[in-house]
Amino acid sequence: MPTLNRRHFLSGSAAAGATLALPAPPTAHAAQPDLSPALPQGVRTSAVLDALPGKKPLIKLSYRPPNYETPIEYFREAITPNDAFFVRYHLADIPRIDAATWKLSIGGDGANGQAELTLQDLKAMPAVEVVAVNQCSGNRRGLFQPHVPGVEWGYGAMGCARWKGARLKDLLDRVGLKKDTVEIVFDGADGPVVDKTPDFVKSIPTWKALEETTLVAYEMNGQALPHFHGYPARLVVPGWTGTYWMKHLVSIRASTKPEASFWMSAAYRIPLGKFPLVTRFTSQDTAANTPITEMVVNSLITSHSDGAEIKAGSALSGIAWDGGYGIRSVEVSSDGGKSWVAATLGADLGRYAFRTWSLPLAEKGRQTVMARASNVIGGTQTAELISNPAGYHHNVMHSLSLTVI
Amino acid sequence: MRTISILLSAALLTVPAAADEQPVALKKAPGLDKVEANCSACHSLDYIQMNSPFPTAAVWDAAVTKMIKAFGAPIDDADAAVIKDYLKQNYGN
Repeated sequence: MPTLNRRHFLSGSAAAGATLALPAPPTAHAAQPDLSPALPQGVRTSAVLDALPGKKPLIKLSYRPPNYETPIEYFREAITPNDAFFVRYHLADIPRIDAATWKLSIGGDGANGQAELTLQDLKAMPAVEVVAVNQCSGNRRGLFQPHVPGVEWGYGAMGCARWKGARLKDLLDRVGLKKDTVEIVFDGADGPVVDKTPDFVKSIPTWKALEETTLVAYEMNGQALPHFHGYPARLVVPGWTGTYWMKHLVSIRASTKPEASFWMSAAYRIPLGKFPLVTRFTSQDTAANTPITEMVVNSLITSHSDGAEIKAGSALSGIAWDGGYGIRSVEVSSDGGKSWVAATLGADLGRYAFRTWSLPLAEKGRQTVMARASNVIGGTQTAELISNPAGYHHNVMHSLSLTVI
Repeated sequence: MRTISILLSAALLTVPAAADEQPVALKKAPGLDKVEANCSACHSLDYIQMNSPFPTAAVWDAAVTKMIKAFGAPIDDADAAVIKDYLKQNYGN
């Protein structure tokens, strides 16, 4: 992948400069990101383009803990560069980890034994690579009408990277699982500022933990996992939303009981029966709700922004993704959803990856273009928002007003 | 995993956790001192700007209660009442 390598070289040198002194913005408005008018007014006035150490300027929603969104133009390729990848933390005590002293403990009441791994131990295990989308459960929350409280993300709380690491199942084999293990529980080195704040602890069902592509990753796009993406190792749960992709991983615990922490029992839940999802996390079900699991089918137009002009015959393009079944088709409408034309799909980097697509626009004039992805199991996007209190799973078809000239 | 004391975290007001954290200037109005003293111990104040101006009074009440009950913020009842009023007056709908 020569493009990827060149990007990394360029971004590496830019990042080195950024930590010393940021160059003056070229225009007075350079620090203002291009934001959807559908976002809360407070976001539109407070969000700025800001570069965390080692990162490109991203859309800053909150400084502490850092929540930074990727501008749409970085999604014109299937792989999102590390230095443009969105950053999301729940709690503000985020240590810089020394790989020489970092240890990963494996155990729990559902394990037959205990183990402790160094980074060297982890890297000595059979390595697996998977290209997978990491999308925040609340991506596009800011577009909910009516608005719901939370981090008010636009379109960019997501990215797609090539992750490399050891299979979680191989790590669990080191200790052996008891038959009555129901969940595998994860904790990272980051934590709360106040000791009464619940630490960010998450679990996944054992069946998901044992999948071949569920990894403890130490590389992202061919580089050591960057600090803001979970150095030195993080969980990669392809198909499932980012909440489960624990960063700065320090503890893996097999459990015979459902994990009861705040972040499982109260947060990241969706109403039962509202979304057309296949994979379930039944050990965590209540009568009213269930944990969020796989991503819903979605797509994004990335080649143009709202109100842009486009030359007749040139392509409208974007990306599509789902919860890991694979994208079957992307269709584009130029008449506000009355008729649809199939777009051409780009390279297939695997069923968990962004799939690029493009379609030349022929008809001249002002028009409302929309994109609609479908996956191989018959899932597609919604025309109307599926409301839910926490603002998850926004996959309303992306729509732009364009003038074809 | 790690926790530091609330006293130490107050230092974050002047020494931000992230190298490039900029001060967030909220609207100058009665109660701002309580908001700055309590809320910014754990998070930057842009969380308030970002979640505005759509919340109803009930939504701001629930948000402050969540910070205390679910997240363990050590805010006494008197300060909580002042903070709720400030948010409703300045960042509510």
